[in-house]
Amino acid sequence: MILESVLSSAPAWALAHAPVLLVVVPMFIAPILAMLPNGRAAWLISIVATAAAFYFAIVTLGLVQSSPTGVLSYEAGRWPPPIGIEFRTDALNAMILLLVTGIGFLAAVFSWPTLSSELGNHNKLGMFYAAFLLCLSGLLGVASTGDAFNLFVFLEISSLATYVMVAMGAKRDRRALPAAFNYLIMGTLGASFFIIGIGFLYAATGTLNMADISDRLPALTDSRAVQVGFAFIIVGLGLKAAMWPLHQWLPNAYSYSPSFVTVFLSATATKVALYALIRFLFTVFQPEYTFEMASFSWVLAPLGIAAMVICSFQAVFQTDVRRTLAYSSVAQVGYMLLGVSLATAPGVAAGLLHLFNHALMKGALFMAVAGIVMTHQGTTIRDFAGLGRTAPWTMTAFAIAGLSLIGVPLTAGFMSKLQLGAALFAEGWWWAVLLVVFSSFLAVFYIGRILQAAFFQPPVNPRKTHKEAPLLILVPLWILALANIYFGIAADFPLGLARDGAVAALGLEAFR
Amino acid sequence: MKSDHHVILRVIGKCFIPLIVIYGFYVQFHGEVGPGGAFQAGVVLAVAIILNSLTFGLTATMRAVPPVFARSLAAVGVLIYVGVGFWSMMQGGLFLEYQALFGEPPGGHDGQHAGIIIVELGVLFAVTGAMITIFYALAGRVAEIRDEDW
Repeated sequence: MILESVLSSAPAWALAHAPVLLVVVPMFIAPILAMLPNGRAAWLISIVATAAAFYFAIVTLGLVQSSPTGVLSYEAGRWPPPIGIEFRTDALNAMILLLVTGIGFLAAVFSWPTLSSELGNHNKLGMFYAAFLLCLSGLLGVASTGDAFNLFVFLEISSLATYVMVAMGAKRDRRALPAAFNYLIMGTLGASFFIIGIGFLYAATGTLNMADISDRLPALTDSRAVQVGFAFIIVGLGLKAAMWPLHQWLPNAYSYSPSFVTVFLSATATKVALYALIRFLFTVFQPEYTFEMASFSWVLAPLGIAAMVICSFQAVFQTDVRRTLAYSSVAQVGYMLLGVSLATAPGVAAGLLHLFNHALMKGALFMAVAGIVMTHQGTTIRDFAGLGRTAPWTMTAFAIAGLSLIGVPLTAGFMSKLQLGAALFAEGWWWAVLLVVFSSFLAVFYIGRILQAAFFQPPVNPRKTHKEAPLLILVPLWILALANIYFGIAADFPLGLARDGAVAALGLEAFR
Repeated sequence: MKSDHHVILRVIGKCFIPLIVIYGFYVQFHGEVGPGGAFQAGVVLAVAIILNSLTFGLTATMRAVPPVFARSLAAVGVLIYVGVGFWSMMQGGLFLEYQALFGEPPGGHDGQHAGIIIVELGVLFAVTGAMITIFYALAGRVAEIRDEDW
């Protein structure tokens, strides 16, 4: 397999340091980019940095899969945990790291034409790429650290960089500024809730290492401090992950930020927050605790269902393509939460698989929209009329990813909904299966409206003939679109990753 | 002759700014043996610059400490910090393992000593640069809509 050949060809230093290198390489490159006067050079260097991170993520995945315990622990500064900060990678992190670095790499390649057309080739682009790499580094840090406080620090690094990137959309649309400010306030609230929760846990257990907290918690489940801490952590991370009804920041942030930022954020930021949520729900806390079981059946499952029904409805009534897709993102987070709230291995695996597939489809959809924004300057559904004829390659990729979002057979979206349905049936939640199918029908409507406009309506301006997005956008776009088909037919790879991740999260013996 | 309204402020400011800078460096280097450290020192250093711009005006301060310099200072600070991590990796240690910096045998403490001082220097640069940059960004903001246009 590819993994083994990568592992055998990797140099010794990469094998020894891969889990930390993938976080610190982007962090080291970012300040260099901030001092570069030339935007194009910054772009090229950021491609190299994200490619390096992607490579280290592959090596890390290989190391995790070949390790006998399935856990890699890297002691920063050789201070052994629980006192020192530990980068702890198991099958769950490795999957998220692979996803985030892969999307980060594709987004970096694709970024130049859309950024230079939306922001202009001015000297701020170096700073922008620095913010991008800091955001990536923060997200990767969240996904690989084993220390609860360190997770907060990385969460803030990525969030602060995100606010800056969203605000850069002001050049195209002034509403990006209130969107970024709104996101700043909500995101900071989420982060403060999270840190308050960590404070309670620290007060109760006296440790910040997540594995160590997990060891000490069973004796303390009756402690009010632990329960309050749990509630704060769930709300804080839920805000970051756009869990309904804490998603209010998301539609505006996605619709008014630069197209590139939307592509990157929609495929990574909420995913990493959801990873952190899964990590806390299943590794730090245990589903056996009564207060956690109650929160699964009374909080997470109803909120997940509400998200996928209500936000799908909201998506149907949007006139702007990016807002439609943004509301659809919140709905998809609902599917993932529903899978996770089953607290069974198939359920968590289905949630993780949908997380993976959703990154592929939303990445492709927003990339296609970015191409359209660049060539046709409009994001309303009316602007999309006739685009199937004027930009066939872009819109075909959009259609593939859209079908995957609906969950049409032979696409990745179908596989994850199938897994989710099977997991729900196994628990006897057939009514939830019906709701999943119902919300997929809503997806037919909101994607169908866009496709209908694009393929079956005459162009708004008939003289605007063939105008395709540049190749630098089309290639990453089609890579993602074809991945949607490939993983819909041969789903072994993401399914294996998701199952291993669920096993690692729940601490079970392997199930396959 | 036009009299200077701010003469007292400026004279006192001139007296205080060097003292604040010295105090900042004191906090920085005292951090090793007592309370203090680079975060506090960075803020104190930046306060000296901010006091200067409050008493002598933003333009004069921006001429003395250009925004590009402040920004680069912050970036260099991060570079120093992560660079120490890479240095220790190249010496065969783990990330940020100060003990490995000079490849000394166990028992030697030069690496620990030098490592923490260099890293703290990086933090000092980053905090000072970031504080000044934030101040410049807030103080130098020009209203895009003039007051009369509201």
